Amino acid sequence: MATPAADSERARTIPLDEIDVSAPDLYVRDAAHPYFARLRREDPVHYCARSAYGPYWSVTRFNDIVAIDTNHKVFSSDASVGSFVLDDATLNPVNGGIFLPNFLGMDPPRHDIHRMAVSPIVAPQNLARLESTIRKRTQHVLDGLPVGEAFNWVDRVSIELTTLMLATLLDFPLEERRRLTRWSDVVTASPGTGVIDTWEQREKELRECEACFRDLWNQRSRQPPRPDLISMLAHSPAMQNLSAEEFLGTVVLLVVGGNDTTRNSMSGGVLAQHLYPGEYAKARADRSLVPNMVSEIVRWQTPILHMRRTALEDVEFRGKRIRKGDKVAMWYISGNRDEEVIERPEEFIVDRPRARHHLSFGFGIHRCLGNRLAELQLRILWEEVLERFSRVEVVGEPVRVPSNLIRGFVDLPVRLHA
Amino acid sequence: MPKITYISSDGAEHVVDAENGLSAMEAAVRNNVPGIDGDCGGMAACGTCHVYVDRAWLGKTGAAREGVERDMLSVTDGAADNSRLACQIALTEELDGLVLRLPSGQH
Ligand code: HEM
Ligand code: FES
Repeated sequence: MATPAADSERARTIPLDEIDVSAPDLYVRDAAHPYFARLRREDPVHYCARSAYGPYWSVTRFNDIVAIDTNHKVFSSDASVGSFVLDDATLNPVNGGIFLPNFLGMDPPRHDIHRMAVSPIVAPQNLARLESTIRKRTQHVLDGLPVGEAFNWVDRVSIELTTLMLATLLDFPLEERRRLTRWSDVVTASPGTGVIDTWEQREKELRECEACFRDLWNQRSRQPPRPDLISMLAHSPAMQNLSAEEFLGTVVLLVVGGNDTTRNSMSGGVLAQHLYPGEYAKARADRSLVPNMVSEIVRWQTPILHMRRTALEDVEFRGKRIRKGDKVAMWYISGNRDEEVIERPEEFIVDRPRARHHLSFGFGIHRCLGNRLAELQLRILWEEVLERFSRVEVVGEPVRVPSNLIRGFVDLPVRLHA
Repeated sequence: MPKITYISSDGAEHVVDAENGLSAMEAAVRNNVPGIDGDCGGMAACGTCHVYVDRAWLGKTGAAREGVERDMLSVTDGAADNSRLACQIALTEELDGLVLRLPSGQH
């Protein structure tokens, strides 16, 4: 599970200008770390002239990422000038993709209006209401797992729990919940990575998603307001004139934002405690460490590898000349391993001081809206796992997602010890 | 260097010598005042720096500003008429002695 030796060697010797950290295969092998370590040291704001996504800048140090992420006036997320991910085809109608506009891809003032419309769903009062439902479901899922037998944690636990949660937030029919999982996977997929075969297939499936949510929207807008996301959107004055595209884009943001990320934190946490059994023992002996452990899991895993911005004007940044229109990738995965800011960053340490100080949820006006919900789900999961199992053993090589956006797992074979 | 007093919901006082030009959120975070996280980096987007301004000081700090600050407070637990986002209070000598109270249950 360590970085392949070939990558460590290549990262050391390759000319700087040939480093391309956007290549998805790096993430299948979990081999990007040594490249980022070199960039942080030798060329922290790095220009890659040629990649599958065109030329782009990489920002790799913790504090530089914070500086870009909080400067939305210069570094825009707006779909009209680019995208918030490196691959334009994920959200824009280019190279086979379709247009999926949403407020993560908007600058103020429109961003603020849309964000405020959905904020109440994750307000603390609403989360308090959800806690007992989440706990009951988590207990139910964990109690149904076989002890002493190998199974895929991703499918049986991570996907199951996050999809149940998402179905609850959206008040989506529970028995159809795996459609949400599928759509979430389809959004960030491109042909050839195993999820979809063609762009046409992707579009077709996303149109089905749109039609399904359109029905729910129509139904909820006729009923009195309820505390689910679709009802909130349907009754929000700011959201009345959403185009079909904006509607689909907003749904997609909530589905992917709340699903892949939390799912992969649930899996990443298992890998972390397997590699650092002493840390699991620490948390087992002192359950008050769980909230801190959750932050550490989210940092260690970094479920969103990068967010991208587009420069709105020529700017000088850390001695580099970034030009209007340039793509700028903030590599959270690198910032979260920045040894200048985080001590022993590659290690998983459940009682790490200031564990909440990480980049996984971003910074600035687009700072993750769902972080408290994600933390709540993870806290409950680990409280219940620690209660039941002396050890969660990873018994085979993890299979990772081929993506430079989502850092996650397809398969994580485990065996539970009573 | 204005002196700022942060009072937690359990009554514990944290007195901080703040550098001029910092926000009341930054001064708290740099000095490890518990109960102020400043998750969004000071962009009025997360609500984790909510404070109640001691009423004697409201005239100097002013009330929450129209726009993003008011909007954010409207979805923050327990917001009152003396609520502010600490990240939106710029510290100056004028505010030397400022007293801010922290809501309960803010991380
Ligand atoms: C561990 C889990 C999660 C991680 C790592 C994560 C990560 C992120 C990141 C990196 C951003 C962009 C921040 C930036 O550009 O500065 C973001 C934004 C967002 N996230 Fe999350 N997220 C998680 C869970 C959730 C959940 C559970 C929800 C839904 C309830 C959610 C909803 C959103 C939304 C709506 C935005 C857009 C905010 C905006 O543009 O104003 N996220 N998230
Ligand atoms: S720091 Fe986020 S609102 Fe003040």
